[in-house]
Amino acid sequence: MTPALETIGLTRAFGAVTVADGIDFRLAPGARHALIGPNGAGKTSFVNLVTGALAPSAGRVLLDGADVTRLAPAARARRGIVRSFQITSLFRNLTVLENVTLAVTERHGAGGGMIRPAGKRRALIEEAWAGLEQLGLADEAARPVRTLAYGRQRLVELAVALALRPRVLLLDEPAAGVPAEEAGRIVAAVEGLPAELAVLIIEHDLELVFRLARRITVLVAGRVLMEGSPAEVAEDPRVREVYLGGRRA
Amino acid sequence: MHQALSAAISIGFFGLAYAMVLYLISVGLSVTLGLMGVVNLAHGAFAMFGGYAVTELMARAGLPFWAALIAGVVLVAAGGAVLERVLYRRLYGGDELDQVLLTIGLVFMSLAAARFGFGTLDQVFHPPPALAGTITIAGRSFPTYRSFLILSGAALVALLWLGLDRTRFGAMLRAAVDNPRMAEAVGIDTGRLFAVSFALGSGLAALGGGLGAEILPISPAYPVQYLVDFLTVVAVGGAGSIRGPFLAALLLGISQTAFLYFWPASGSFFIDALTLGLLMWRPRGLVPAA
Amino acid sequence: MIAADPVAALAARHRWRWPEALPWLAAVAAFFLFPGYLALGAQILASILYGLSIDLVLGYGGIVTLGQAAFFGTGAYTAGLLAAHGMGAPEPGLIAAGLAAAALGALSGLAVLRLSGLAQLMATLMVAAMLQSAADKASAITGGADGLQNMAVGKVLGLFAFGLYGRTAYLYALAVLFLCFLGMRALVHSPFGRSLVGMRENAARMTALGAPVFARRLIAYTIAAGMAGISGALYAQSTGFVAPDSLGFDRSGNILVMLLLGGIGRLYGAFIGVPLFMVAQDRLSDLDPAYWYFWIGLGLVLMVRFARGGILGLAARIRRE
Repeated sequence: MTPALETIGLTRAFGAVTVADGIDFRLAPGARHALIGPNGAGKTSFVNLVTGALAPSAGRVLLDGADVTRLAPAARARRGIVRSFQITSLFRNLTVLENVTLAVTERHGAGGGMIRPAGKRRALIEEAWAGLEQLGLADEAARPVRTLAYGRQRLVELAVALALRPRVLLLDEPAAGVPAEEAGRIVAAVEGLPAELAVLIIEHDLELVFRLARRITVLVAGRVLMEGSPAEVAEDPRVREVYLGGRRA
Repeated sequence: MHQALSAAISIGFFGLAYAMVLYLISVGLSVTLGLMGVVNLAHGAFAMFGGYAVTELMARAGLPFWAALIAGVVLVAAGGAVLERVLYRRLYGGDELDQVLLTIGLVFMSLAAARFGFGTLDQVFHPPPALAGTITIAGRSFPTYRSFLILSGAALVALLWLGLDRTRFGAMLRAAVDNPRMAEAVGIDTGRLFAVSFALGSGLAALGGGLGAEILPISPAYPVQYLVDFLTVVAVGGAGSIRGPFLAALLLGISQTAFLYFWPASGSFFIDALTLGLLMWRPRGLVPAA
Repeated sequence: MIAADPVAALAARHRWRWPEALPWLAAVAAFFLFPGYLALGAQILASILYGLSIDLVLGYGGIVTLGQAAFFGTGAYTAGLLAAHGMGAPEPGLIAAGLAAAALGALSGLAVLRLSGLAQLMATLMVAAMLQSAADKASAITGGADGLQNMAVGKVLGLFAFGLYGRTAYLYALAVLFLCFLGMRALVHSPFGRSLVGMRENAARMTALGAPVFARRLIAYTIAAGMAGISGALYAQSTGFVAPDSLGFDRSGNILVMLLLGGIGRLYGAFIGVPLFMVAQDRLSDLDPAYWYFWIGLGLVLMVRFARGGILGLAARIRRE
């Protein structure tokens, strides 16, 4: 089966520092895959390479078997490579509903319309609303995002990403900085994602990873150290050494 | 050949004197922008009041040039410190438009104050007798005051750079420009650092305005008239950088002098085109800070 | 309650509300109440259009510009040169001015919009400064620093001549402003306008949503340039005169102050800030320009301290409390 997302020999160096060193990676359709690794392993760089925010020095990125390496970030987003941001990146002064409506509008390719009022495209607003209901955000729909608690903002971040109906969803530390009682909501939301969607979770929190992911790739110093099931990763001595060991120390 | 050499010497000489004045005035603007993130459109007003202090204290109070210059610098630096405390402090890291609005407001007020206090005409500036006239070097004569400007400017720049390189204050300043959060985390009192830097920047602007009163004549329109030049030096040099603006001031000072020498009528067009080109080429300046 | 149904509230945002009639009623009333000030009135109306163009670039597009006069002046010179060369019909002149300014906007936008922050601000300034130098220098065409003197502006609709008292100029400017405003209002309520706001708030996020940020900003910059050009043409046609200061820094800076005074990104800021500023300037500078500058300066400083977001921002805050 063609992977939803595939990288072949993806490489990027900044001067002497190689943040991605020939990464071969496959994300199956419907995958629940996690990318873990110690700080500075190159996880966020990998996300940036996949979304196009960073250009590779070498290697390719394939979406459903089609080469997207040369596409600009916006074009990749339109094709279905969607990310959420590690540090919440939203339209803070706009309402929750507007945030999601902007995303829905862009997905429908309607964001450039200059004559008909946005309000008359009611179907788009309804769609955004439905997305909010799904994540339990409907009560806050009319509030500016900046007035929401951080955990709720993380949920909005997810709602915006989902509104793009991604083929591949990259979640960059979806629960980072969220208090434990609210993290549960985010985990539940991720667990409730459509089964056919390929999800890659970039995470520090191993508890979260073992709960959500069915496969795990371990990245160390820009290279893939290993890939396997959660059990295999947990038992691998090399992983213990570089990752778990590093944490204990 | 001889003529070309003579032109080059003239341009180099006058351009250098102009560059020194530009740099002394603009370096504070660079620090305010890079360190505090404030677009201080009123920066030229500090230079203007420095110029007024020198000319007025000499003409009315009969103070000697040196005393007037020092008094002007001290007065303006103190004024800058007060303004920093009362107004600028609230703008740090804030909305750009608020900064533009407040500092334009200050420009207007300073313009009105200057007009009310000193009239609309250009101030008359007489160099002290010791620096009047011309001196002859290698058979060519140069205006003494401009020669003094170049030398004292170079000395001040060296002093400033050495000071920032060697002192604790300089180290803190550089650390804070590099990474403000880190600076705060390692216990640098950024509030005080900002206040001192701001006062220092205002004082340097006053020094530049006072020393340069012959090149950039002092009038109420000063803060608006030369604002673009000061901003250009900072943008081309690199906001937050200390040395970048010096490079930019040299480049602009000398090329402005050259263009005006060869094409007096259309020189400013080419200067603006050159600036635009430099900005496109190096959007973060010739020597980007951090 | 509106809050009960956020979908309906968002879907109804583009509908007209009654206070929106106020500026137009005021403008019509002013025509009858102040017959002696219609020339000033026409300039105020033209400046409101200019303010709208800044609001589109800065308030909606988030592009900080200190060089909008480049487009204002281009429009003024286009209309002026046409009128000086026997093509004085005002309406075609206006359209030509809008197109010329828009073309310049598109061209300079290609460069300016690649930059950000201080570099962008300076680049907008440089574009205007270059044009001003060029207008100054090309005196054979533009009349140089003395300005373009021999404009012969025709009659509006072939019927109404521009007279001494500014009646024609006022109504002409009002009609043009109204039409342009309708366009601008539709634009900011369109999906395009909403996406501009999105880019102002967070451009990186808009890119991640798949929006072509650069292209949309360029379109907005171009449209705003066209509006500024039309407003410059209104000025030129109603005063019968154009000088290089129409491209100058004051022209770029003052309008910014006027708009910020009224409130930015709110569509109606220019309708409040521009008349306030220009009427006050007219009254106070009769006394002494020093007073004028002092009070407007103090007003700006106090506004930033106590009334952020301009007069409309203050009004919105009072209403919420």
